[in-house]
Amino acid sequence: MTPDASPHTTAGAPAPPTTTGAQAPLMATGAPPPPERTSADTDTNEMLQPGHQPAPPADTTSAPAGASMPSVVKRGPQVRLRGLRAFYGSAEQVKGVDLEFPANQVTAIIGPSGCGKSTMVRCINRMHEEILGARAEGQVLLDDLDLYDGSVDVIAVRRAVGMIFQKPNPFPTMSVFDNVASGLRLTGVGRGELRPRVEAALRSAGLWEEVADRLSEPGIGLSGGQQQRLCIARSLAVDPEVLLMDEPCSALDPIATLKIEELIASLKRRVTIVIVTHNMQQAARVADRTAFMLSGEMIEVGPTGDIFTAPNDPRTEEYVTGKFG
Amino acid sequence: MSAHGAAPDRIERFAVSPRRRRADRLARSLVLAGTIIALVPLVLVIYYLLHEGLKAWSPSFFTTDPTGNTFFKNSTIGGIRSAMLGTIEMVALASAIAVPVGVGVAVWLVEYGKAHPFAQLVRFFVDVLTGVPSIVFGLFIYIVLVIGTGSTFAGYKGSLALSLLMLPVVTRSAEVVLLLVPGALRESALALGAERWKVIFRIVLPTALSGLVTGVLLAIARAAGETAPLLFTAGATNRTSSNLGQFMNSLPVQIYNDVISPTQSVVNRAWGAALTLVVLILILNLVARLVSRRSRLA
Repeated sequence: MTPDASPHTTAGAPAPPTTTGAQAPLMATGAPPPPERTSADTDTNEMLQPGHQPAPPADTTSAPAGASMPSVVKRGPQVRLRGLRAFYGSAEQVKGVDLEFPANQVTAIIGPSGCGKSTMVRCINRMHEEILGARAEGQVLLDDLDLYDGSVDVIAVRRAVGMIFQKPNPFPTMSVFDNVASGLRLTGVGRGELRPRVEAALRSAGLWEEVADRLSEPGIGLSGGQQQRLCIARSLAVDPEVLLMDEPCSALDPIATLKIEELIASLKRRVTIVIVTHNMQQAARVADRTAFMLSGEMIEVGPTGDIFTAPNDPRTEEYVTGKFG
Repeated sequence: MSAHGAAPDRIERFAVSPRRRRADRLARSLVLAGTIIALVPLVLVIYYLLHEGLKAWSPSFFTTDPTGNTFFKNSTIGGIRSAMLGTIEMVALASAIAVPVGVGVAVWLVEYGKAHPFAQLVRFFVDVLTGVPSIVFGLFIYIVLVIGTGSTFAGYKGSLALSLLMLPVVTRSAEVVLLLVPGALRESALALGAERWKVIFRIVLPTALSGLVTGVLLAIARAAGETAPLLFTAGATNRTSSNLGQFMNSLPVQIYNDVISPTQSVVNRAWGAALTLVVLILILNLVARLVSRRSRLA
């Protein structure tokens, strides 16, 4: 099913030649690849760590390259799906998708309702399996680490791959400050570090100027667009490498949407972004690449301009020109 | 009435029919009558409680133990100190047992058990327990801890009977409230990379706090007013005791003993004790509301 269903995708694409060792892009762009590992099994858990907590693993795993770590600007990893299938009970919602999300780019997923976009994205940070009776098969590779490997800690996956939901959902019992700090507190960051990291996250989310003087007010007192940026700040605070956005603007007005889109453009320097959207203009505005899904299958993926102006598949053309969906 | 020059047939078509008007009036008055009928006993209970209870209230009413000397009109009968403190102690211990266990069971059912067959079995037994008459819990403790150990009544045995009574109430109400916490909150916390237990303690329980408090208060109110499970577990006594291993007096048992007395002043003490019980629960309610104010569940 997989090969003939997706002639235009990156099915069977070889691993990119840039990575020789285990996780070079996770750690440093300019640094030489770390020394060869002896055992792949013991690596998997450590491999997630360098991304969001560069210091401790650097001196234990890659001592020679460790010296160059602090000066390096952090970059997002490449994410690849290989033969990803997702089920609800016995119903197959994602039917063997192969797809590549290049590092530090924005990839939009478009497609009609119920085509499996959200399900596919939820597989990337393993939130899919939280649903009763849901399971996934295949591989999700963060650079070269398979997130579905048995030795991978699902908690570490979610710290590395953040998620923004359709409806803004600040924690209702918490203030603006506590909302942003919640991820840090939940992941065990010390009290002393909170204040600067909360401020940094709010600045990254473009919300600092608006809420600096009302940090102790309830998070749900903000406007819808501010709430969504608060949620983005909350995700950014724990320093993810990938940000998944599941229709982040569908509950927002056009001006709030514009702010989120500007934010996406600025965030991609730091993280790899996957955005699910029903709004094709939005995909055209924010995405470097766009993927079109239909009935759980990946129909076509390519540079956004090509998908909207010169798609290869007639179904893509029909969808983007509004003939169905 | 205000035809505005519309065509007569149109006016007729849009006019409210007399039949519908009558039906509407009838239905409204039935509903109103039902409300008033339901309010009558409620108001009367509160009225009699205040009217009779306040007669017995005095400073010494709360600071002296019952004397047990109730046969003569002029004898000093004493107050309700031992009953009041006994109820507070036993209900506090019962809550300390039933609330953590009950909320724990509810958390397991909602967050972990879900549709698992064992969870369904637990739900079934919790429902069965909710319907068990309170005296049966007293009987159970009597057989197991009083007869079974060859010992006698004690405050903690009363507490255990009350906690059995509270457990299903706490569990059921907590389960309902926890189910109300939006799944999106759990998801966003999980997506931040939080462990599930942290999500439960930091997000789910604080969000549900005010609802949990309501359920706990209901259970406490029910337990505090129970006579039957205490009669042959904690016994009845006049003495104030802070030792839960001894006989312990309680307000419901005191009321039960007093209200059947032929002496009017002793019957008045029963009313005073009943009013005290209601006021104690009211105070607890207010305090708990203030404490849990921070949480809000949309």
